[in-house]
Amino acid sequence: MKARWALILLYVAALAPGFFAPYDPEEQHRDSVFMPPSVAPVRLFVEGPEYLVAGVAPGRLHLAAFDRPAFPLGTDGLGRDQLSRLLHGAQISLYTGLLAALITLAIGAVTGVLAGYFGGWMDGVIMRLTEVFQVLPWLYLLIAVRAALPLHVDPAEAFALTTALIGVIGWARPARMIRGVALGAREKDFVEAARGFGAGEWYILRRHILPQAYGVARTQAALLIPQYILAEVALSFLGLGVAEPVPSLGAMLAPLREYHVMASYWWMFAPSLALIPLSIIVDKSK
Amino acid sequence: MGGLGGGVGAVLTAVARVALRTGAVLLLVSLATFALGQFAPGEFFDEARLAPGMSAGAVDGLRARYGLDRPWPVRYGRWLAGAAHGDLGPSLAYNAPVASLVAERVGNTLLLAASGAGLAWLIAVPWGAWAAVRAQPSIARVSAVLIAVTLALPDLLVALLLRLFALRSGLLPASGMTSPAADGSDLADVLRHLILPAVAVALSLLPAVWRHARSAVAETFRAPFVLAAKANGIPPARLLFRHVLPAAANPLISLFGLTIGSLLSLSLIAETIFAWPGLGPLILEAASARDMNLILGAVLASALLAMAGSAVTDLALRAADPRIRRPAGGRP
Repeated sequence: MKARWALILLYVAALAPGFFAPYDPEEQHRDSVFMPPSVAPVRLFVEGPEYLVAGVAPGRLHLAAFDRPAFPLGTDGLGRDQLSRLLHGAQISLYTGLLAALITLAIGAVTGVLAGYFGGWMDGVIMRLTEVFQVLPWLYLLIAVRAALPLHVDPAEAFALTTALIGVIGWARPARMIRGVALGAREKDFVEAARGFGAGEWYILRRHILPQAYGVARTQAALLIPQYILAEVALSFLGLGVAEPVPSLGAMLAPLREYHVMASYWWMFAPSLALIPLSIIVDKSK
Repeated sequence: MGGLGGGVGAVLTAVARVALRTGAVLLLVSLATFALGQFAPGEFFDEARLAPGMSAGAVDGLRARYGLDRPWPVRYGRWLAGAAHGDLGPSLAYNAPVASLVAERVGNTLLLAASGAGLAWLIAVPWGAWAAVRAQPSIARVSAVLIAVTLALPDLLVALLLRLFALRSGLLPASGMTSPAADGSDLADVLRHLILPAVAVALSLLPAVWRHARSAVAETFRAPFVLAAKANGIPPARLLFRHVLPAAANPLISLFGLTIGSLLSLSLIAETIFAWPGLGPLILEAASARDMNLILGAVLASALLAMAGSAVTDLALRAADPRIRRPAGGRP
């Protein structure tokens, strides 16, 4: 219960990363490239660079600002503040995970209920497809589909694309589980009773079968969200997800593929540490 | 553990079914990838158009030479006819046949994925079974903490840290598959290069396998037939190896079948970080060059590996579980 509130709080906070971030995530401090972490006295609740809340409403108020330039998590190769990028990147990653999970569950619910409730050839076709999707390596499919789409798209499109791709690729497991629920629900007495009262197929599906899939959908969401956040991290790490200059956890880790960055600037590992509490919080809320 | 049982006919039927299924999946994947590629705005020769000294006519000539000016169903038909003879078309980026490029890499991916999975299973199954048998609170707690740590560490971070370790300590090679001096035939050299990427893959798989192994063994231990065997005075070691483990094998083998897809995906990440020359780096290069033939080849190869893995799983299930060998309606 506590974990669920922590998660909800995290998602609300992630709506306005600009409020928590001391700098604009894309601002380049060209005289402070690859600066190790440093701190300075802070002032609370001050006006600073403009940011957007939930991607629409502009705001200027920041939680804190430094008296002189300081970077608590250091800076990257372009002199951008790692902390500010991390906060904005967490927003992208968290919402990719959530929205992609919703897409997956929507597809899984429709296909699973259709397969389980109607059975017959529809069940056969859908189940064969889920078997294929469960066996195929998802990252290869993701890369192949991503390659078919424009490589250089604007950040909002890249976010939508990545989210949709991840969401579509993972539909098979929830579909199978929801099919199982629908298969059992079909035989229940109250469904039979509703049919006896003359209820139509769609009414029964909507009022009696789908609500029973809710529990499965919720546990599946708890599994899918962390999994999808990590999928987004992998995709962006490989350079195929959310791209520069917009930060995402995976894109921030991408410079570590270069030897000198990994060996010399240890604070570049900071974003990967953010994945640990993230996955633990999301994992515990199951 | 019996043989494959069920008679030669049953095995042949199973093999035929697997072959048919694999063929259907590969056909589906190739058609989907090919069709998707046609919606892609832009293609390989777009960059050639920008090159100075390249006339529009020259580019059109190149496109015609590779058949890119034809409608896509025609091209798919041609590709399919070639694929039936093992010709997967030319790779435009490498200027070489896709089939030979992919064939070079597919074995390397198989080697890495199989070693990673083998390592994870060899460690996790005995450890999980041990944790289930010796339910001393201290041991169970230490195991649980260790597993929680491996679970919490993101796969990417594990691989990056292993690479950092290799670079700092110099104990093990941090990238590639062979030393610059050695050629591919030096097995010890390849194995040394294999260690870190395989460990990275294994560490990511470990927690799930451990948890399944522990719960499968613990569950079987609670089954009535084990109680009966215990009451008959079967010694603990024989009980574990002869009675419990064979019965617990089914869920573990099924787990392997379900994780093949993630195994290849994990292997792709490890290949990229450790510059292991497998299918992963190949498909990434193909994706950034927009080389659709090569992307298709790499995806098909990964699908083939996955289907082969799932076929092996099916055979192993048949060998391990007599209930699956029994023909429908008949007796074993």
